[in-house]
Amino acid sequence: MTSNDFAIDIHGLTIKFGDLTAVDHLESQVPYGVIFGLLGANGAGKSSTIKMLTTLLRPTSGSATVAGFDIVAAPHEVRRRIGYVPQMLSADGSLTGYENLLLSARLYAVPRVDRRPRIEQALNFMGLRDSADRLVKTYSGGMVRRLELAQSMLHKPTVLFLDEPTIGLDPVARHEVWKHLNDMNREFGMTILLTTHDMEEADHLCADVAILHAGKLAIHGTPAQLKAKVGELATLDDVFAQFSGAADDAGRLKDTADARRVARRLG
Amino acid sequence: MMRYWYETFAIADVELRKLIRDPTELFSRAIQPVLWLAVFGQVLSHVRGIDTGKAGYLAFMTPGILAQSVLFSAIFYGIAVIWERDLGIVHKLLVSPASRWSLVCGKAVAADFRGLVQATVIYAVAFIMRVPIRWEPLPIAGVLLAVALGSGIFSTFSLIIACIVKTRERFMGIGQVLTMPLFFASNAIYPLSIMPPWLRTVATFNPLTYLVDALRGLMVHDEQSVYGLGYDCTILVSVFVVLLAIAVRIYPKLVQ
Repeated sequence: MTSNDFAIDIHGLTIKFGDLTAVDHLESQVPYGVIFGLLGANGAGKSSTIKMLTTLLRPTSGSATVAGFDIVAAPHEVRRRIGYVPQMLSADGSLTGYENLLLSARLYAVPRVDRRPRIEQALNFMGLRDSADRLVKTYSGGMVRRLELAQSMLHKPTVLFLDEPTIGLDPVARHEVWKHLNDMNREFGMTILLTTHDMEEADHLCADVAILHAGKLAIHGTPAQLKAKVGELATLDDVFAQFSGAADDAGRLKDTADARRVARRLG
Repeated sequence: MMRYWYETFAIADVELRKLIRDPTELFSRAIQPVLWLAVFGQVLSHVRGIDTGKAGYLAFMTPGILAQSVLFSAIFYGIAVIWERDLGIVHKLLVSPASRWSLVCGKAVAADFRGLVQATVIYAVAFIMRVPIRWEPLPIAGVLLAVALGSGIFSTFSLIIACIVKTRERFMGIGQVLTMPLFFASNAIYPLSIMPPWLRTVATFNPLTYLVDALRGLMVHDEQSVYGLGYDCTILVSVFVVLLAIAVRIYPKLVQ
């Protein structure tokens, strides 16, 4: 298969920082139009992977294409086709919501005639129209995250990268972000790659997940496939515990599953 | 080419909106040069301890204080960049298809605006203190250009330092260590002719010296540029281009 068959196509991707191999010969493919979850404990290599795929870091070896373009040979083409929402709430608090969107539209070369309609559409889509002229420092965390999603959709990216998109958000804001990510995926056919520690989030959003452990791909599949591999009543938390290196002995996992089974029987 | 300018404008526009919305920094930065001129300058001009020609010490030091305030307001620019990195703003800028030249130049243009505000304040103070300012349009335009160039140089230098040290704490330390030597190893408040030879040698490698020299030739009557305006401009433009080239290469490393 050529690189054009996958939104993200990773072969032997490796990055080293001195003696530390943060990502070690990673292999993975993400089809177009899916929401893909990259899971792993802290230090597993998720952020380094996302930084390489978004062209912020140059791999030590291996290759990857995003939206059909090589991240090393054609980084500019990759950047034109991706959106990125970093882990930190990165909208500029000293600007209004509209001004943040205007900056994104200018940097992504949205044509002048399309700029205002696209900003209006993004504000409406994210439910932020009434707050557009307020300074972002007066927004709640959930609103800032929605504004960042609005920024990331202005240029209609093929692939959207999100690093821990709901970290630090309250449950209501978290569900709102999930809803909007699902809508972006369904309505615009956007491929979304997100990293998360939240297994409920991965289960709720992702059609496909990959778990990284020590920079290597530990397991990959749909949430249902992964749960089936661990056991009948297993949750994605159990899968994560088993494959991310968070729990080393299977006995502990078995004990947890047994306890859960008993609790369920008791009602 | 138009695309580069457009992106540079987009970055600078954001910075200007923030400055206009909260101009506190502009006012607080204006206090120091006013004190230098109104207190230090007045006292020293009465002492007449330094031979600065017939225009008097106050006229001699006014361009120096303008250059100093350009240096001081631009040199801590890197802290804002580190802050933006910590917030993820730099990540987002670097993932966008905007050219790295535009991202760096946009910051320099925003620093130019700060420098031009400093120049306005110093012109006003100099007018009140009856410094023999050259009020013709051409010299004023030359001063503003030199100030913009100086702001670009020192803000880009600051950006490079930020990319090397990467944390605000380290930057504060380095910034403090750099500013005073740059200031004292220049011709801002005393002429090159009275410096000991070693200091004069150091001063010739200091871009602030050429900024002061250019400003001195343009800003006040009866003061002249030692090196000549053409030479000063060549040095300043060359330094700016070299610093820009380094900054463009090093800026992406801030997020690595």
